[in-house]
Amino acid sequence: MRLLAIASLFALVLSSGAQAAGGGDTARKHPEPQSWTFTGPFGTFDRQQLQRGYQVYKEVCAACHGMKLLSFRNLAQPGGPEFSAAQAKALAAGVQVAALNDAGEPIERPGTVADRFPSPYPNEKAARAANNNALPPDLSVIVKARAHGIEGEGPDYLYWLLVGYSDPPPGETVLEGLYYNPYFEGHQIAMPPPLATDGQVTWPEGNPPATKQQMAKDVVAFLTWASEPHMEDRKAMGVKVFLFLVFLCVLLYFAYKRQWKDVDH
Amino acid sequence: MAHGNYRYEPKSAFAKWLDTRLPIIRLVDESIVQFPTPKNLNFWFTFGGILTFMLAVQIVSGIVLAMHYVPHETMAFDSVERIMRDVNYGWLIRYIHSNGASMFFIAVYIHIFRGLYYGSYKAPREVLWLLGIVIYLLMMATGFLGYTLPWGQMSFWGATVITNFFSSIDQVLPGVGSAITQWLWGSFAVDNTTLQRFFSLHYLLPFVIAGVVVLHVWALHVPGNNNPLGIDVKSPADTVPFHPYYTIKDLFALAMFVLFFSYFIFFVPNFLGHADNYIPANRLVTPPHIVPEWYYLPFYAILRSVPDQLAGVVLMFGAIVIWAFLPWLDRSHVRSNNFRPLNRQFFFILIGVVWILGMLGAQTPDGNFQFYFGIEVPISKLLLTQICTIWYFAHFIIITPIISTMEKPLPVPESIATAVLAKGGAPAAAKANG
Repeated sequence: MRLLAIASLFALVLSSGAQAAGGGDTARKHPEPQSWTFTGPFGTFDRQQLQRGYQVYKEVCAACHGMKLLSFRNLAQPGGPEFSAAQAKALAAGVQVAALNDAGEPIERPGTVADRFPSPYPNEKAARAANNNALPPDLSVIVKARAHGIEGEGPDYLYWLLVGYSDPPPGETVLEGLYYNPYFEGHQIAMPPPLATDGQVTWPEGNPPATKQQMAKDVVAFLTWASEPHMEDRKAMGVKVFLFLVFLCVLLYFAYKRQWKDVDH
Repeated sequence: MAHGNYRYEPKSAFAKWLDTRLPIIRLVDESIVQFPTPKNLNFWFTFGGILTFMLAVQIVSGIVLAMHYVPHETMAFDSVERIMRDVNYGWLIRYIHSNGASMFFIAVYIHIFRGLYYGSYKAPREVLWLLGIVIYLLMMATGFLGYTLPWGQMSFWGATVITNFFSSIDQVLPGVGSAITQWLWGSFAVDNTTLQRFFSLHYLLPFVIAGVVVLHVWALHVPGNNNPLGIDVKSPADTVPFHPYYTIKDLFALAMFVLFFSYFIFFVPNFLGHADNYIPANRLVTPPHIVPEWYYLPFYAILRSVPDQLAGVVLMFGAIVIWAFLPWLDRSHVRSNNFRPLNRQFFFILIGVVWILGMLGAQTPDGNFQFYFGIEVPISKLLLTQICTIWYFAHFIIITPIISTMEKPLPVPESIATAVLAKGGAPAAAKANG
């Protein structure tokens, strides 16, 4: 128990150190926490939300951002959006993948579930050339790579980054080709507002209306899963491990007490 | 021998035969079975066992990770992600390993400060203490090398900053520092060659640690354990056999520790890491705020306490090397701070100072000190770092020698047995027993 107290103090010193970083007038605005299904020790992903989020990624983000660590098969695996095997196959078949034919000539073939998500640009130079010299980052682990990650403000940060565009306040000027976004460090971001209008994406029947906020939330949930595809496994195992260890600790405590009961110490 | 005259006696014919050829049963029996151990050890003394366990966890999980990891600058980052995504339970093994490093350091800091508090560094345990410092330095090196391997932004820039320490030697020996740095890199910058040698060394050093741990345990078993009273074992009444008394106590403590460890592995596995390390290394983009892993933060603060780079590096290494002189800087014959009320206060002040240095190491170097709960203390970080650094060194070089000479310690109990019986309210029995 004393150990736990000490260790939580350790945690405190670290987190406070991290919070203290930054500062200055153009420091990023604190992202208001949103409610997510995946937080906490029992958190899980909402399959429908991940499926909607994938669609937002594919129809909006994928124009500029790759996700090179993901394959189409991941879309059907347990703990994720859990598209059916047939749906994942169809989604994969919707892209053209560079390959070689039997004669060794470069061709394009329809994708299979084993293929990675296609990257929008052939290389970094092409990406920069198309984006006013800015490089759209790969989104495979983006939620773990921003604002202290999944356990920090990562998801909230990305949500507000997507919906938080506004006109610059008096006194702040925005450079040519950049956009004002108070949630971004420095407040000037090269990405144009990606979610411009409600209904930008059309979801199948039975889903909530595609408001900007809903689209942002869903795509962030999808990106969170993509960053940590085994999160559900991990937490489920963690709960079992915890129960086992608590039980073991109780047993060992009584074994220890019993062993020592006749010894003055 | 301080801890009684126990000697293993082989019983069966085979045990006798083996004992004259390879006394391995004797070694085990005298070291961890019958080994007479002071009966008053508290839970602060369980961390040695916990550390042994953590070393084994890190080696085993590390060996499995090395089966899947690719030490190449263009593939390292993705190979770690492949472990996280496609290797069966790879996420579990990697999170055990990455959080295990932090747990290892939490345990070692408790272990070190326990030794400081109870005077475990004093005669006849100086060699034990010195070997502990060697292990700690090896752990620092191993942790640093390991943090480089995922080849994220903090990996790359951390490696760049740390290896550049050596280039500060240029200030006194022009050219020598750069030459050493390039020799370490195997190149003119931190690049693929550096990554590959860091991987090789990261695999090697844990086995060196294991070797020094053997020496450390050996050096423990000659004088025997220190204890919370800090007095020598006088008679068998002061001790219990290591097994089953301390095996069960250590197991219970270990299970509690693993419970704590599991919380990090399963529920907040990236909490102790840095988000920037999920951005692939990019030599063209310097992160705005390069910070080392939390366990180096107090030393990182000391490094930044002076504007001169070489002086900073010397101070940083000196902050650890100073521990080696402690057995001779502390002149008191009383080991345990339970009987040194004045020194005890300075012990807790030292913990506070190291803690604040840790906080300072995590913060950007400019501006005022940020305390917890968003409280800003009206003192510049640089000044506070300098005050704490001076205090840190003064603790060892000035405060400890002076107090240990001046202080009149409280009366120390005659023996462990009398002390524990007195605590239990039966001093008469103690006399009879003793």
